[in-house]
Amino acid sequence: MIVFRFEGRPITAEEGQSIGAALHAAGIRSWRTTRFGGRPRGLFCAIGACFDCLLTVNGAPDQRACQTVARAGDEVSG
Amino acid sequence: MSYDLAVIGAGPAGLTAARVAAKRGLRVALLDAYATTGGQFLRGTAQPRLTGVDVLLGQRVWAVEKSAGAFLVHASTTVTAATLLVATGAHDRVIPFPGWDLPGVLTAGGAQALVKGERIRPGEEMVVAGTGPFLLPVAVTLLDAGVRVKEVLEANRPSPRMAAALARIPSKATEALGYARRLAEARVPYRTGHAVVAAHGEDSVEGVTVAKLTADWKPYAWRTVDCDTVAVGYGFTPQADLPLQLGCAFSGDHVVTDDRQRTSVEGVLAAGEVTGVAGAPSAVVEGALAVHALVGEPPPRLLAEKARLRRFARALELSYPVRDGWRDWLTPDTVVCRCEEVTLRAIDEARDLGAHDPRTLKLLARPGMGWCQGRMCGHAVARLTGHEPAPQKRPFAQPITLADLTLHDREDNA
Repeated sequence: MIVFRFEGRPITAEEGQSIGAALHAAGIRSWRTTRFGGRPRGLFCAIGACFDCLLTVNGAPDQRACQTVARAGDEVSG
Repeated sequence: MSYDLAVIGAGPAGLTAARVAAKRGLRVALLDAYATTGGQFLRGTAQPRLTGVDVLLGQRVWAVEKSAGAFLVHASTTVTAATLLVATGAHDRVIPFPGWDLPGVLTAGGAQALVKGERIRPGEEMVVAGTGPFLLPVAVTLLDAGVRVKEVLEANRPSPRMAAALARIPSKATEALGYARRLAEARVPYRTGHAVVAAHGEDSVEGVTVAKLTADWKPYAWRTVDCDTVAVGYGFTPQADLPLQLGCAFSGDHVVTDDRQRTSVEGVLAAGEVTGVAGAPSAVVEGALAVHALVGEPPPRLLAEKARLRRFARALELSYPVRDGWRDWLTPDTVVCRCEEVTLRAIDEARDLGAHDPRTLKLLARPGMGWCQGRMCGHAVARLTGHEPAPQKRPFAQPITLADLTLHDREDNA
């Protein structure tokens, strides 16, 4: 198991698991809001096609949570 | 280094092709966007070691171009190859309904990927809905992961054509029976002529509206079902950006190939779902056949197997279409394009202003203009303008950074 942080909160993930899956499993189902309607967004297609699950990883914006493998110490925010 | 063959996509088709080609003495590169081989179908299963193949993982191929008689495959690195096999698979086809953008609504393939590839339970209480036989293995995967699957809803009616197709392929019939038995044991109802027509909740799904459907999918007799997660899938859309860039001939949403998987463009082969959704066994056969476009003659047994599986796929396609009545599920406020938050009302307004085709509609109201580039809403938007969904040209098959482009220039100029 590894631990990364989502907006300061420690989240555990299995080795090789994506940040999106780890957040979803931890009960965090949305991590950003839409630009116009302020609607919550999390996983939808979970295979890299829909881009709903975008978040910021270690300062790099617009990363697909479902395609980004969690690494120990990652700082993640919506 | 220049390869004889670059295989793009390491799912059932690409893996088979790479293995067979290496055995035949070809220099092969196998590229995939994921960190492991297997594609969506084999995700989470033990992967074979490929000898004699350069396996390049974490490579998101964003463009392919022909230059001086060879193909340049651009990902994080650029690979040069004499021939190309596109085996990029498919993603779920989805149609909009009120609340489909709530967290907790997942695609059917996504729900399965979360179990198989990520080893998590996508939800506690789930409803599986959509059309096509893929809903069955998804429901069984969820059950096996400990999810309480409350209902499986197939929008289409049982099809005599499908029954006849199943009877001709005993292995498929046995597979279907196995799923049916597992659902029955777990007392999960499988209802045909039903659909999830709305999802409800504040920040996440708390329940869904289930409706009975007429043969044309118009809803009637509504009821609500409590659940925390929904998996929806209405078939699949081939991921055909690269063959489209290269100018390959298409039929509908898929690439046209001959019996050895040759596309209309010299040196470009395609295999698996990108040539029409037919499932993993068909992809394996086509992966092997593709190698015979380069060396030797295709064994008659493989050709016959391909024809048999393709006939089955055709029966599936005809038995599980998306029928027009889904439009009646939408309200004016329903988001059709998730990225740009374009509602049905905005689409109707643009149509009133004269946008009668998907492209004009996109320019006027922005559906398909966002991050996913119409991958999620493309089917619905085409249908809402009365057009058959067509593959959409994307000059970049994957989003890349300006730095990637700059690096690419440097490599080319070096």
